[in-house]
Amino acid sequence: MTAPLLAIRGVKTFYGNIMALKGVDLDVHEGEIVTLIGANGAGKSTLMMTTFGNPRAREGSIVFDGIDITNMPPHEIAKLRIAQSPEGRRIFPRMTVLENLQVGATVADPANFAADLKRVCTLFPLLEKRIGQRGGTLSGGEQQMLSIARALMSRPRLLLLDEPSLGLAPMLVKQIFRAIRELNERERLTVFLVEQNAFHALKLAHRGYVIVNGQITLSGTGRELLVRPEVRAAYLEGGRH
Amino acid sequence: MEYFLQQLINGLTLGSIYGLIAIGYTMVYGIIGMINFAHGDVFMVGGFIALIAFLALVAIGVSAIPLALFLVLLIAMGLTALYGWTVERFAYRPLRHSFRLAPLISAIGMSIVLQNYVQIVQGARVKPLPPLVEGGHTLIASEDFAVQLSNVQIIVVTTTLLLLAIFSWLVARTRLGRDMRACEQDLKMASLVGINIDRTISLTFVIGASLAAVAGIMYLLYYGVVDFHIGFVAGVKAFTAAVLGGIGSLPGAVLGGLLIGLIETFWSAYFSIEYKDVAAFSVLIIVLIFLPSGILGRPEVEKV
Repeated sequence: MTAPLLAIRGVKTFYGNIMALKGVDLDVHEGEIVTLIGANGAGKSTLMMTTFGNPRAREGSIVFDGIDITNMPPHEIAKLRIAQSPEGRRIFPRMTVLENLQVGATVADPANFAADLKRVCTLFPLLEKRIGQRGGTLSGGEQQMLSIARALMSRPRLLLLDEPSLGLAPMLVKQIFRAIRELNERERLTVFLVEQNAFHALKLAHRGYVIVNGQITLSGTGRELLVRPEVRAAYLEGGRH
Repeated sequence: MEYFLQQLINGLTLGSIYGLIAIGYTMVYGIIGMINFAHGDVFMVGGFIALIAFLALVAIGVSAIPLALFLVLLIAMGLTALYGWTVERFAYRPLRHSFRLAPLISAIGMSIVLQNYVQIVQGARVKPLPPLVEGGHTLIASEDFAVQLSNVQIIVVTTTLLLLAIFSWLVARTRLGRDMRACEQDLKMASLVGINIDRTISLTFVIGASLAAVAGIMYLLYYGVVDFHIGFVAGVKAFTAAVLGGIGSLPGAVLGGLLIGLIETFWSAYFSIEYKDVAAFSVLIIVLIFLPSGILGRPEVEKV
């Protein structure tokens, strides 16, 4: 197998003296959808933010496409075309939808802007209707779409998605997951997806990892993990929706 | 009526100067959430640089006033911006990830450093500048009172308005302005999309300092004197203006500046000149009781 696009090796991250990640190893290959599932506080978002250098890994290494990004400042990491739709969406509330997308295109070639705008509007037609509206006035689902669209504006080689289904109606969750699958199948976009909604995430992903208390406890293909009894017990039974 | 009109003109002129300084407070607060207490002293430094530049230009024979004014504007804005950049780089940036009070204390220290530095280098005495721009227009002349609009006042107000227009355009329409707004709304997210936040914060200080330099020049032209201590009072007033208008809001800073200028002038004109500061600060207190986030400030109700 070729070298992974994103290789996380032995990463330890601390908040003060508390070790949030206790030596995580994880690979994302080009063209894959990889999901990381786990309970609240297991370290999912921490891993995603550590990939972006904020907070920094105290030990271990993170390599993207052969470049060691462990100690790079976040804006330099973004320039390598890694984009993130972070936990809580974090759209810019006092900017219009269009301005949010313009900011998302910060590291992109300005010549591509019109084409990229059209592309995300085709993916999420609702955004086109709201283009002049301020981000803070959008509904939760619309904000989530905007957050993903903003990340896509940089033409990412790797898209990091942190709980895109959080707080959304099931129909919207389906719509967003369908969009992710479309992007992956049509454009071979590499996606690293963090989810609590294990059922949907594992169905969507090629491969998955389970994180418990800052450590990877299981990994395998999405289908394998879906039928594992410990995954079913912890994340699926009663949680299927 | 004539007397009132005259005070209105004087108040607007003074308010313009406060407004220019207040922008620096409000921008820095907006982007990194700290009050840059050294900003008033950066304004004072701007005034001194302007004074020295004027005298130097006269000494080398630049006698055309409009040209001299223009050159002084460039020199003072450039050098003061350098001061603003340096203050941020050495006194605030190393403390960015420290506890919240640390940069604030550092700012107070920086304010003392700048004051003492100027006092030692330039002396403690008031430095006068011979009036460069003279004359004016009599707008209304009745028997007992003539309303005067001096050329200096025209320069102060038009320069302020012009700079505000340029500056508002910069923030609303340019890439840099968009980056600044992104940093103001979510610093962490701004870095995730690839904005160099250190550079954007530096530029915010540079812009704030150069506007303070303009205020310094206008102060010098209007009052004809500077000393090492003007930054303190003007700084506190401009800070009050920024809070009154709604800290974090740019139009608010200008509005607050104009209001403080007007309140001060009218109070001095109709009541007592000794208590003009009391009047300005009392209005601040009253406004904050009823509008805790200032006149144009936004209350923190964002949908998340």
